[in-house]
Formats: sequence, structure tokens, C-alpha cells
Amino acid sequence: MSDPVLSVRDLVVEFSSREGVLTAVNGVSFDVAAGEVLGLVGESGSGKSVTGLAVLGLIDPPGRIASGSIRLKGEELTCKSEPELRRLRGRDIAMIFQDPMTTLNPVLRVDTQMIEAIRAHEKVSERAARDRAREALARVGIPSPEERLVSYPHQFSGGMRQRVAIAIALLHRPAVLVADEPTTALDVTIQAQILSEVQQLAAESGTALVWITHDLSVVAGLADRVAVMYAGRIVEEGRVADVLERPAHPYTNGLIGSVPSRNRRGEPLAQIPGMTPSLANLPTGCAFAPRCPRADAACTTPPGVTRAGDARAFRCFHPLIPVEAAA
Amino acid sequence: MLVYVIRRLGQAALVLAVMATLVFIAVYAVGDPVAILASPQADQQEMEAITRRLGLDRPLYEQYALFVWNALHGDLGRSFVYNEPALTLILNRLPATLELALTALLISIFVGIPLGLYAGLKPQSLGGHSIMAGSILGFSLPNFWQGLMLVLLFSVMLGWFPAGGRGTTRDLFGVPVSFLTLDGLAHLILPALNLALYKMALVIRLTRAGTREVMLQDYIRFARAKGLSQTRVIGVHVLKNILIPVVTVLGLELGSMIAFAVVTETVFAYPGIGKLLIDSIGRLDRPVIVAYLMLTVVMFVIINLVVDLIYAAIDPRVRLEEAKA
Repeated sequence: MSDPVLSVRDLVVEFSSREGVLTAVNGVSFDVAAGEVLGLVGESGSGKSVTGLAVLGLIDPPGRIASGSIRLKGEELTCKSEPELRRLRGRDIAMIFQDPMTTLNPVLRVDTQMIEAIRAHEKVSERAARDRAREALARVGIPSPEERLVSYPHQFSGGMRQRVAIAIALLHRPAVLVADEPTTALDVTIQAQILSEVQQLAAESGTALVWITHDLSVVAGLADRVAVMYAGRIVEEGRVADVLERPAHPYTNGLIGSVPSRNRRGEPLAQIPGMTPSLANLPTGCAFAPRCPRADAACTTPPGVTRAGDARAFRCFHPLIPVEAAA
Repeated sequence: MLVYVIRRLGQAALVLAVMATLVFIAVYAVGDPVAILASPQADQQEMEAITRRLGLDRPLYEQYALFVWNALHGDLGRSFVYNEPALTLILNRLPATLELALTALLISIFVGIPLGLYAGLKPQSLGGHSIMAGSILGFSLPNFWQGLMLVLLFSVMLGWFPAGGRGTTRDLFGVPVSFLTLDGLAHLILPALNLALYKMALVIRLTRAGTREVMLQDYIRFARAKGLSQTRVIGVHVLKNILIPVVTVLGLELGSMIAFAVVTETVFAYPGIGKLLIDSIGRLDRPVIVAYLMLTVVMFVIINLVVDLIYAAIDPRVRLEEAKA
């Protein structure tokens, strides 16, 4: 693998609350290379969105990055001041969010929101910024961009709004784009269009994608590598084909089994028993153990990272793939 | 848009007619103004002469018909007490009250919104808590008491501002205003502050609640992810969203500040329409009361209309035509 453009090491994000300090992200590490797509998969509350926000330095109090390192193009971000981070955000690292209905400010016109994004990082004239905004809209497939520039967000459909958000995020051709479930709220057909467009745009500008989702089918179609998160930890990581075809962690296996199209007609849908544990009340050992069919006494201590072959890693004492592969 | 305005004015005319009728009858029912107007020594004959002169000897329906007829010709009657046209009487005093209310409005906006923003952005800070505690005082302490305390503190103890009256005025486009003279300004500050305190507390709370809600929105997060400065995020993205409820409430409050500045005007002996109303009610001066309330209705309608227009200007999602439904 070439030098990673984004490198996260042992990231810990904590939130202080009435119940004490909650660790939403607990020792997460991953790398993404230029032009690569990493799928970050997990259920709600697994810490995947918090990880994304942390990478942009957008964790607000009472949350904080407690330890770990985030390097963007070799530069350490965790010790940067807010003004320094502001200069990086939107220019070198951008983010799009889940609900296109709420990511654009309802009371500002699209041109205002695009031009301010351009001029936040480059000293260009209003007119030049406007031209670039128009081109950016055209690039994400918005018809008659000149007219659409003076529209308000409520005059767009959900898919169009997400396109506008993507156009804004890619204005400065960032090195990394963190996409927090940007297609979850959209129709399947629109979802497919947007996925392929983002993939193409990212490939054109060499932007690395961190694609956060709970939808394994999206990951299967889009990502090069996948990291599966559970209760604040990455429990399994590897190339998409490897992980989806031969999952090592029982949780990954459960996730794959829960995809409805994998089930047979007429039979009850497969599911993982139990619920995601509350962060205030995590088991001492493997967080998945209470729901795991393979758990035994060994699982009451936290499992370490087992590396298996090239770019494959998991945290489990009883993996579903032969451990000999680790050699 | 035009249809919308015409519709609103039509509704206003209806409200005006109903209100005038109700007040007319209500004041008639309350008592006989002649008993208050005539001197205690007046005999039966003099009393009857006054009654006849004021047209109060006729049956109610005749009085009412005459009132309606005159009102349609733009005549709202003459004051029983001053023997001047009621409308002239009110309009002569209106500038003083308008000036007072607008000053109070400006104070509540330019002090209230920044304080509310601060409290909304830093809810856990000492400053945030102090602002909220202060706003509770603004809400709950009676207005007249706040007025008295202002007089006590700034006029009696510190001697910074005069305790009452309007001060020197200067004509601006033929309207006497006091904010152009130093003396007038000194007279204006305390009553305006008194009138503003409650609204300021309201603005602070609205702004704070709005800020806290808007700060959690995805579009604020997205604006920050774009790399916008904090100033731009708060000054444009947050502020424009929280202004919508603030404008609505302030519009209504401006109406009530003009129409019912009674308490403040009484405490500060300020010669505005509020004081005129109180005096007129005390003397059962029916034409003045009716004219005053009709004027109030007109004012509320106009203010609401303006608020709707501002609303449409700051929130593109508001379509005025839709309001017809």
C-alpha cells in the first residue's frame, strides 16, 4: 500500500456525562490511501459517526479526543488549534452528512452557501467563486446550474440536495472525504446514482473516501477495504471481498447474515440476538461476547488484534476463519 | 401578494367594526360621564344641558347610528373633556409614545439578541447563567416596580437622568421628537429602558432557545465542516435562523408597547397616549376611548402585515399566498 493520506492511530473519544465518562471510540486505528475507499461499518452507536467527526476535529464538548493520533498527509491534527483546523476543514478534508434535508441551511440560497465555502479558503472574487460554484453543480449532475444557484434548499429534492452537499464538499478537491451515511435517506435508485457519481468524482481528484454506513451492500459495491466497528472498536478489518466472503469475527458474520436478501423466502429473517450494549455499561472483555454464539470463558478478557495475512485483522479469540492464515 | 394584502385589510375592517361596536356599548353601559364632567354644584338644569350638548339624551341606537355615520366620514367624535376632536387629541400625543416604544424596541433588540446568543452558545458558563437569571427578573418583577427602582437608582441616588416628563423636543419633518436634543434623550432613556426590560428578557430567552436548537442542526455542522469561521457560522447561519421567531414576537410586542405603554408613561409622567387613555377611562370620555382602541387595532393590523413581509424576506420557505388557506 502506498503512503496513507489519512492515518488514525489508537483514537479514543470520550464524552463526559452524568453516568461518568463514556468512551464512544476506543482505540480505533485505520489508514486510507489516496484514491482508496474505506467502508466503516457498524450499527447505530458503534462510534462510526463519532470517528468521522473526530477526524475533522468537530467533536464538541462534552466530548473530546482523549488520546491517539490523526495524521492527514503526515500532519498531526490532534494538537492543532481551532483556527488551524478551520483552515484544513473543507480544503484538505471534507465531510458530508446523512440527511440531505438538514445539511443545507434552509434560509440561505445555494449560491451563498457555495460561494462562502470557496471564499473561506481562497481569495477569489465573488464572480470567480460563482463561476466555480456553477461548474461544481454541473459536475455533480445538476441540470441548469445557473438557475439552481439562486434557489433555496427547499426547492430541491433530497437527491439533488445531497448532490449539492457533495459538490460543496468537493469544491477544493480535498485529500479526504468523510461521508457519514450520505445515501441512507435516499431512494435506492438515487442512492445508486450518487454512489457511482461520488466514486467517479473521488477517483478523478484522487480523494480518499471514508464511507460510513450500516449498509453492507453499499460497502460491497463501493469500498476497497472495510472496517467493522462494534461498541467503539474496530473488530474486523480487511479487503472487502475477503471480509464479506470469509468473515473472521462472529459479529461481521451476524451482520452479513442479517442482510434480508441473503435469507430464504418463507423463513424467519436471521438476526443477531440482543442489543448493542450501552456505552455506560460495557462488558469487561469482548463487548460482543453476550450476543456471541461462540463466546466462552476466554472472552471475559479483551481480545487483542490478530493479524491474518495481508491487510487483514480482527479482535476475536474464536475467529470463523482458520488461525493458521495468520502466519 | 396583492391579493394577500387586500384580504388582510378586509379582515382588519371587520375586526375594527366589531371592536368599535363592543367598546361603544361597553362604555355606555359603565356609567354616565356627565356625573363626572359636571361640577359638584351643578343643578339638574345644567346637568341636562350638558347631556343634551354631548348628545347623551338620545337613545343608544341613535347615538350609535350617529357615531357610525360620522366615523364613515372620518370623524370619530369630540372628546367630552377637552372638546377637541378625539383623533387630533390622540395623534398629538402619538409621536411621544411612538418614540418611546421604538427606542424600547431598539434597546431590546440590540441588547437582547447579543446576550441571548452568548447565553445560547455558552449555556454552562457563569455569564450564560447570569444572563438567564437576569432575564427571569426582567420577566417576573412588576413593570411599575422596575420603573420605580430605575427612578430611585438613576434619578434619586445617582442623579444621572431626570425622573419624569418628556424634555425638550425638536421638530423632525413636522413631528416633535426628543431624541435629537440632549435633554430630550436624557428624559427618554429611563422610560424606554423600563418599557424595554420585559421585551429584552423575552428576546434573550427566545434567542437563547433558538441558538441552542440551531447549533445542534446538521447544517451548522456542515457549515463548520466547510471551514467557515466561527463569526460567519454564528453571524449568518445561526442568526438568520433564530431571527424568525424573534421577529414574530417583537412585531406583536411593538404593538402592545405602543398601545399599552400605560404603566411606564404613568410612572414617568410621560405625556404619551397611554396616559391619555388612562385619564379618558377615568372620565368615561367615550369618543377618546373608542378612537384610541380603533387606532390600536389599525396599528396591530399594520404591524402584523409588516411582520409577515419581513418573515417572507428572512425565511424563503414562507409563501405569503399559502397563508390564504
